[in-house]
Amino acid sequence: MSHSSPLRHLLAFACALMLTSSPLQAQQESSHFAQLGSMEGIEKIVAELIPLIEADQRIAAQFKDTNMELLARQLVTQFCQLSGGPCERKGDDMRSVHKGMKITNLQFNALAEDLQIAMEKQNIPSSAQNKLLAKLAVMQREIVSQ
Amino acid sequence: MPALPLPYLSTFAKANHLLRSVAICITTLSTMQFAHASEFPMPDMGKLTATGGVSQVEGAGGGGLTPWALITGYGTRDSYGGNLHLSHLATQDYALRNYGLALGIADRLEISFAKQEFTGSKVPLNQLNLKQDILGVKLKIAGDALYEQDSWLPQLAIGAQWKRAGSVGGLSALGVSNVKQLGAKSESGTDYYLSATKIFLAQSLLLNGTLRATKANQMGLLGFGGDKKNHYQAQLEVSAAYLLNRKTVIGAEYRMKPRNLSVDNEKAYYDVFVAWLPSKHFSLTAAYVVLGDITIFNPQRQHGPYVSMQIGF
Repeated sequence: MSHSSPLRHLLAFACALMLTSSPLQAQQESSHFAQLGSMEGIEKIVAELIPLIEADQRIAAQFKDTNMELLARQLVTQFCQLSGGPCERKGDDMRSVHKGMKITNLQFNALAEDLQIAMEKQNIPSSAQNKLLAKLAVMQREIVSQ
Repeated sequence: MPALPLPYLSTFAKANHLLRSVAICITTLSTMQFAHASEFPMPDMGKLTATGGVSQVEGAGGGGLTPWALITGYGTRDSYGGNLHLSHLATQDYALRNYGLALGIADRLEISFAKQEFTGSKVPLNQLNLKQDILGVKLKIAGDALYEQDSWLPQLAIGAQWKRAGSVGGLSALGVSNVKQLGAKSESGTDYYLSATKIFLAQSLLLNGTLRATKANQMGLLGFGGDKKNHYQAQLEVSAAYLLNRKTVIGAEYRMKPRNLSVDNEKAYYDVFVAWLPSKHFSLTAAYVVLGDITIFNPQRQHGPYVSMQIGF
């Protein structure tokens, strides 16, 4: 089959679209960071989240020996990075961090639920909440081991 | 033993895996029973709100009209959960009442039981009374609608619904007391389906496609098979839902149906719905449903509100 002219145009258009899609995506990502309220907003979300975790009977025991201030800083960095903000999480991957903790789906979901409540209290739009949850959901297979 | 060709081997391996999962379901439940013999194991209510769907009109976990691949209730893979549901649909000339019980085990297996009652209010069908019992089973076979956000693959489930139509009430003037007298070939039948459900969480979107092999007339209320057709036909059912927030879902559904009876130019069902899930113990679904015209005795297109309540445990 010969390449007809409309097809070539279409291909050219598709290529152009692909070339422009990566900066476009980056822009969308940074706007997700903005939707979460940028650094200040994410810090507020995490500040809201920490007491919810500590009060959550489903997971409180898992965190009883945790340095919550350190955890808060790590979560801020992680949410910042996941939402396309100017942060980079250093340290071990999620699987090694949670190794041996015997975390269940119930506990994984409990933290996600607490995060939803924290974001709701900070008036984060539901669509932006779900974007962050989508990034965290894939970590289930690294975190849940029980 | 002759060597099996590779594709069969892989199918065999999958089947094996599936059997193992079922075995895990059963042992999970039985060990829970025995480990805490003194106290009945409590459901963990561990899934995220809305990820068990609501109760569809035949009792399975799903949207309003269509079963989804999601396993009903809020039990995680380490537990179980269930719900009771009660729903009412009122069109100009008919009402459909429905209630039932469903159980989700290990986020893998679903068992449901529902009763439907369909009544008429317009002459000559003003005394019409049709009943149906439905026993449903659904098994998740692959994927995870929620956790696998980095993949396009949906959660897949296969299911069956065993249905038995009751006697036909209110048509004694016509000498009709059985669905077979309206052309149906049988009073009971089984639907088989394959459902694929994906939650595109970053887009706050849930999409479902269900392919159902069925002989049922008006879901089975008018029996199975008919004078026009009496073989299984594949029918497509689709749902799209948008997660407005953690507790509210809006969406639309479409369900194709076969046309087996001369006395009923059966039409597809469709609806728009809003589900409100204030807690994992309670949800309310309101919809506007179009059923099409039902039987040649009343050619008017039927549509009206639908309300469904679900109590979760």
